[in-house]
Amino acid sequence: MKIAITSTGNTLESTIDPRFGRCAYYVFYDTETKATEFIPNPNKDAEGGAGPASVQFVASKNVNKIISGEFGMKIKSLLDSLKIQMIVHKEQDKTIQEIIEMLNH
Amino acid sequence: MSPRIKMLRKVLNPPQINGFNPYGSKLGIESRESVNLFYEEYEALRLCDYDGYNHQEASAMMSVSRPTFTRIYASALRKIAKAFVEGKQITIKGGKVYFDSDWYQCHQCRCYFNNPEKDKSIESCPLCGNHQIEKFEYDNSTDENEDELMTELCKCPNCGFEQEHQAKTPCKQLVCKKCHTTFQRNES
Ligand SMILES: [Zn+2]
Ligand SMILES: [Zn+2]
Repeated sequence: MKIAITSTGNTLESTIDPRFGRCAYYVFYDTETKATEFIPNPNKDAEGGAGPASVQFVASKNVNKIISGEFGMKIKSLLDSLKIQMIVHKEQDKTIQEIIEMLNH
Repeated sequence: MSPRIKMLRKVLNPPQINGFNPYGSKLGIESRESVNLFYEEYEALRLCDYDGYNHQEASAMMSVSRPTFTRIYASALRKIAKAFVEGKQITIKGGKVYFDSDWYQCHQCRCYFNNPEKDKSIESCPLCGNHQIEKFEYDNSTDENEDELMTELCKCPNCGFEQEHQAKTPCKQLVCKKCHTTFQRNES
């Protein structure tokens, strides 16, 4: 299963980025191979519509779940219709490493 | 292949008026209060009771699930009944975003999550695996501003390419970004 996490940077020590559409990086974590892939958010500085564009980007990676600090209303409804699970985690000091450890409970 | 993003609701024909006023109150005072009908409530009523579509067809036309459509329709009727009985004004504006999934909160890591698979029940937290989770009363319909609500898709009559309808620009003037044919409103 593939899970996307919004990240403030491109290392495992980076913290979770609270913004879904305008986060710095997306981390794609594969729960089977344990592989992580950091990809800069292509829509970070988009003038408008960063949210829907980001949904499309993340969905194109075939993820089943997304972990972020918050999802906007429009984003929620789009992800809902795509049947991608949203996990809202509000502790902003959590690192990507810690999130991955939680996933491997 | 990237999945196609579905627009949440389509309001094909915005109402021709902004609302209704009651008259001849027996109480001698005209109520200043009003009941607000959302665009999608107006639309649900129009599709079912004016155009004569059944709920199945109407929900498909509005791109919402059947249960969501039923909620919108029931809410429209309740509001109109209230206005009729209590002699209130009806305004028609704004709208809500509806979600079909239920939300939960984990007792251990405090995260919130939804259940996108309606037919499967959720037993543990998708993040930490804890079994103590609680259904969370996430208001699954939320006010949203008008502009976003009125998003519609326009479909190219030639190549089928869809793009967002531009408010204030008649669709017939839109030109397809792909093949440069003149657009038409997507009525499907
Ligand atoms: Zn948890
Ligand atoms: Zn075209």
